Amino acid sequence: MPKTFLPLVGSQTAAPPGSQRIAIDPITRIEGHLRVEVQIDNGRVTDAWSSGTSFRGMELVLQGRDPRDAWAFTQRICGVCTTVHAIASVRAVENALGIVVPDNARIIRNLLEGIQYLQDHVIHFYHLHALDWVDVVSALSADPAATSSLAKSISSWPNSSAAYFASVQGKLQVFVNSGQLGIFANGYWGHPAYKLPPEGNLLAVAHYLEALDWQREVIKMHAILGGKNPHPQTYLVGGMAIPIDPASPAAINPSRIAQLKSLAAQGLDFVSRVYYPDLQLIASLYPEWTGMGGSTGNYLSVGDFPVNNSGNPSAFYVPRGVVWNNNLDSPPQDLDQNQIKEYVAHSWYRYAAGDGAGLHPAQGETRPNYTGPQSDYDFLNTDGKYSWLKAPRYSDAPMEVGPLARVAIAYAAGHPRIKQLVDELLGKLGLPKAALFSTMGRVAARGIETLAIAEQLNGWIGQLETNMNSGNLAIHNKTRWEPATWPADAIGWGTTEAPRGALGHWIHIKNGKIANYQAIVATVWNGSPRDAAGQRGPWEQSLIGTPVADPARPVEILRTIHSFDPCMACAVHVVDAAGSEVTRIQIVP
Amino acid sequence: MQPPKILVLGLGNTLLQDDGLGVRAVERLMAEYDLPEEVEVLDGGVMGLDLLSRLEGVTALLVVDAVRAGLPPGTPIRLVGAAIPTALGQKMSMHQAGLQDLLAVSAFRGTLPQRIVLHGLEPEIIGWGNELSPNIAPQIDKLVDSVVQELRDWGVAMQHA
Repeated sequence: MPKTFLPLVGSQTAAPPGSQRIAIDPITRIEGHLRVEVQIDNGRVTDAWSSGTSFRGMELVLQGRDPRDAWAFTQRICGVCTTVHAIASVRAVENALGIVVPDNARIIRNLLEGIQYLQDHVIHFYHLHALDWVDVVSALSADPAATSSLAKSISSWPNSSAAYFASVQGKLQVFVNSGQLGIFANGYWGHPAYKLPPEGNLLAVAHYLEALDWQREVIKMHAILGGKNPHPQTYLVGGMAIPIDPASPAAINPSRIAQLKSLAAQGLDFVSRVYYPDLQLIASLYPEWTGMGGSTGNYLSVGDFPVNNSGNPSAFYVPRGVVWNNNLDSPPQDLDQNQIKEYVAHSWYRYAAGDGAGLHPAQGETRPNYTGPQSDYDFLNTDGKYSWLKAPRYSDAPMEVGPLARVAIAYAAGHPRIKQLVDELLGKLGLPKAALFSTMGRVAARGIETLAIAEQLNGWIGQLETNMNSGNLAIHNKTRWEPATWPADAIGWGTTEAPRGALGHWIHIKNGKIANYQAIVATVWNGSPRDAAGQRGPWEQSLIGTPVADPARPVEILRTIHSFDPCMACAVHVVDAAGSEVTRIQIVP
Repeated sequence: MQPPKILVLGLGNTLLQDDGLGVRAVERLMAEYDLPEEVEVLDGGVMGLDLLSRLEGVTALLVVDAVRAGLPPGTPIRLVGAAIPTALGQKMSMHQAGLQDLLAVSAFRGTLPQRIVLHGLEPEIIGWGNELSPNIAPQIDKLVDSVVQELRDWGVAMQHA
C-alpha cells in the first residue's frame, strides 16, 4: 500500500502510444481505502474501475444483541456519520415492530439530521472539495484590496475588508513557511486546471478558516439535542431520550429553544452569505465542469425529514423516489425497496446461490472471498473480483445517490423551493437543465439543498416550542419497549438520507434478538464495482470521457470522484507509522 | 499564563477490535481514576473535526490510539510532538478529517496545544468485533499505566478512584 499522503499515481509502462492505465490511490483527500484505476486514451478516460478496501461485516458485531442497543453500535461505524447510522438503526427497529414515534422525537431527529447537512456539506465544500478547485498557494500572490472588491461584489458578508484578507494571507504565509502543510499538502498546486484568480483563492482560504469557527458553533446544536459526549447519546427506539420540560434546567426548555434558534440563524446566515455565493463563484469560473462528470442518469432517494407522523413517504420534505434517464419532466417513480439487490460478481464475496445472484439486503450474505493481490501490485485484475464493495442495484440498474439525486427527484416532483433555487441558479449561470447532470451540478446540488434545509431549521424549532408551550411533552412511545410485546419474528428497514446519500439499514429480529443486520451506505451505491451484467457503477461511469491533461497529476479525476463526497464507512483508521517513519518510534521502557 | 488544561483523547473504532484500543484505555482511565479538574478525558471514537472545539484552550494533549509501526503486537509506543503528524500518514481517519488534520488545522489557526504526546500499542487484529483480541486485551492495563505515568510526569496528581 502506498504510504504517501498525496495520491500515488501508478502508470502502465508497456502501453501503446497515447494509451495508458493509471491508478489513483488513495482517492480521498484525507484517508485511503479507495482506489480508482482508469484507462486513458489520447488524453481522455475511456474506462474506469473503482475499488474500495472496506469490508462490511457489521452483522458479525450485531448478531445476537438486543435490537434496542443496535444504534449505539452502528453510530460507531463512522466518525462523521454517527447521527445518520443511529437514526437509520432506530428506524429499522421501529419499522420492524410497528412503532410510531411522538411528534417531538420526529422533530428532534429532523433537527439533528438537518444540522448534520449544514456541517457536512460546508466542511466538504471548504475542507475537502475546494482544494480541487482552489489553488491555496496562489492565494499568497493575491491583492488583498482586489480580494475585498471581489468579496463585496458577491456577498454582503461583513468580513470583507482589505485588512482582513491581508491578515489571512499573512497567516497562510506563516503556515506555508513552516513546511507542515498538513491538510493542504496534497493539492496539485500550480496545475493548469486551476482557474480561479489569486483573489478568488484567497477568498476561499479566508472562508475555509471562517467555516471552521462557524462549524464549531453550529455543532453546539448537536450537544444540546444529543448530549455532551461527541457521540450522540439521546437516540432511543420509540423516540428520543431527552426530556422536554419548560420547568427543568436539564431538559429542552425555553432557554435551550432560544439557543437553538440563535444557532440555526447563524447556520443559515453563513450558508446563504458565504457558502452559496462562493459556490456560485466557483461554478461560474469552471463552465467546462457543467458539461461532464454525469453518471448513470438514474437517481434514487429514500427521502427524509418527515413533516408529520403519518409514516407516509409523501410527508418527507426531501422526497423519496426514483428518476430515470435524467428525466426531470415527469414525476419521479415511487421507490419499491424490494427492487434493491446487491451483486458480488466483481466483489470479494461469495453467495451461497452463486456469484451471479442478486440478493435483497434482508437476505444479505457477507462471506468474504478475497481473490485480489497478496502483495504489492500495480493494477487490480478488473476482469475478476476487484472491490470489497458490493454492487447494489435498483431494478438491476446502477443508481446515483446523494445531493444530485435528491435535487433531481425533488425537482421532478415539483418541490417548490428546490425547483426555485435550481431555476434561479441555472438562469444566473445561463445554463440548461442538463447542466445539472455533471460534476459541477453535483457541487451545486449540495449547496442548493443545504440552503433549503437551513431555511427549515427555525420552523422546526418553532414547532418544538409550540408543543412545549401547549403541554405536549411526549418524547418516547413506550408501548413496544418490552420484548414481551414483540412478535417472535420481525423484519424491518430504516432509512435516512445521509448527507452523502441514501442510507438503509435492514434488521431481522428473532425471539427478541438480532438475527441479521445489513446496511447499504451511499458510497456503496456510488462507488460500486461492476455488477453481474457488467454494468459500471456510478463513479466508474462518471469518469468516462474526462480529459486528463497530465496523467501524473490527475486532478480532473479527483474533481469528479470528490464531487460525490466519498465516505468509506467502516474503513480502518489505525495510525500508520510504518516505513520510513519507524525510526521515529520511541519504545516506552 | 493561561491555566493548564490537559486533554486525554482516546481514538479508534471500537467495532474493529484492536483499532479501538485507545478508546478502551480511556474508558478504563475514567473508571479507575479520580481526575483532577484540569484534566478532561474524552472518548473521541472516530470523530474528526467535531473534536476541534474540544482542543480549544488545551495546553497539553495526550492521544491514546492504536499505532501500526510494524512492531510485534502489543508493543507499547510513545510518539512526541512533531513525530505524530508525520507518523499518522494517510490512515488516520474514516473519511473526513482525522487527528492529523485536526492538528494541522489547529496549527493553521494558531491553537495547537504546546505539548502533544501519543501513547499506543501495536494492534494485532483489526477486524469486525466489539472486543479486543485476546493478546491485546491484557495489555490495556500497561497502556493505562503509561498514560498515568505520563500525566504524573506533567505534574498531574493521579489518584485511584
